[in-house]
Amino acid sequence: MAKTVRVYVTLKRGVLDPQGSAVGHALRTLGYSEVEGVRLGKYIELELSGGQSEAEGRRRLEEMCRRLLANTVIEDYRFEDGPAPAPRAP
Amino acid sequence: MKIGIVTFPGSNCDHDVYHVVKHVCGADAQYVWHKDRLPAGLDAVILPGGFSYGDYLRCGALARFSPVMEDVVGFAKGGGPVVGICNGFQVLCEAGLLPGALLRNRSLHFVCRDVLVEVQGADTPLTTGLRGEKLRVPVAHGDGNYFADEATLDRLEGEGRVVFRYVGGAPNGAARDIAGVAGGERMNVVGLMPHPERASEAILGSTDGRRLFDALLGAG
Repeated sequence: MAKTVRVYVTLKRGVLDPQGSAVGHALRTLGYSEVEGVRLGKYIELELSGGQSEAEGRRRLEEMCRRLLANTVIEDYRFEDGPAPAPRAP
Repeated sequence: MKIGIVTFPGSNCDHDVYHVVKHVCGADAQYVWHKDRLPAGLDAVILPGGFSYGDYLRCGALARFSPVMEDVVGFAKGGGPVVGICNGFQVLCEAGLLPGALLRNRSLHFVCRDVLVEVQGADTPLTTGLRGEKLRVPVAHGDGNYFADEATLDRLEGEGRVVFRYVGGAPNGAARDIAGVAGGERMNVVGLMPHPERASEAILGSTDGRRLFDALLGAG
């Protein structure tokens, strides 16, 4: 069965994230003084065909993350099943 | 000497490199389209600067899967000289031919200006005979902030693999002011952020970059 997987890629802890720092600074400038840290990352949605065992599907996902979606020298990744939640109505 | 210059979709310094190799230095140069294989008989391969694949996902991340890269890896593993300039450096890191990665500049600004780099470390095909020299060459990048973990950095320094270092501080936040590193068993893979091809004729303000091409071409 086809399924959607959400992949999150973020800079490793300890790798300076200048974009996150700039966004954090901007939020504090807007008055949100409770913001102590911001880390920016990437969100990737994969539409996958089914037909594989759970274990094989997971192994191939790990491989996709390590080989392309994340650069493990600088980034961590994690993934979870299911479509993205619907956007909240304004 | 015959130099192969790889053109990825989005490369924009391939012509500059070709011009310097062929018309300034008088060596043989040949473009290699990223979907083709490396032709036989090349003495060195250069991955030029630019924005391969629009820098999508990460700089160099998609280019490393171009068909030609399989041959570039084989050429490098066989001891062939491979040089990556700017985006080419990023591609070599993504391909695992060089250690580390290039992060967004610490300032978040694209930096485009002349810098001084000192040639250090072991001899490489690009730097033979130039150790200790300070070269004025331009940088032009948004992601040149060299990163590797401390243990890797220590190993690189110990093995003489830090071959270019910014003088007077890195313009991009690079670890230990590293501007270029060498990989490969024979130091035959070199990556650097500055653009020597843009500093190889007097009319462009500096000819320091030509010294690297001369070294590569064996005329240094």
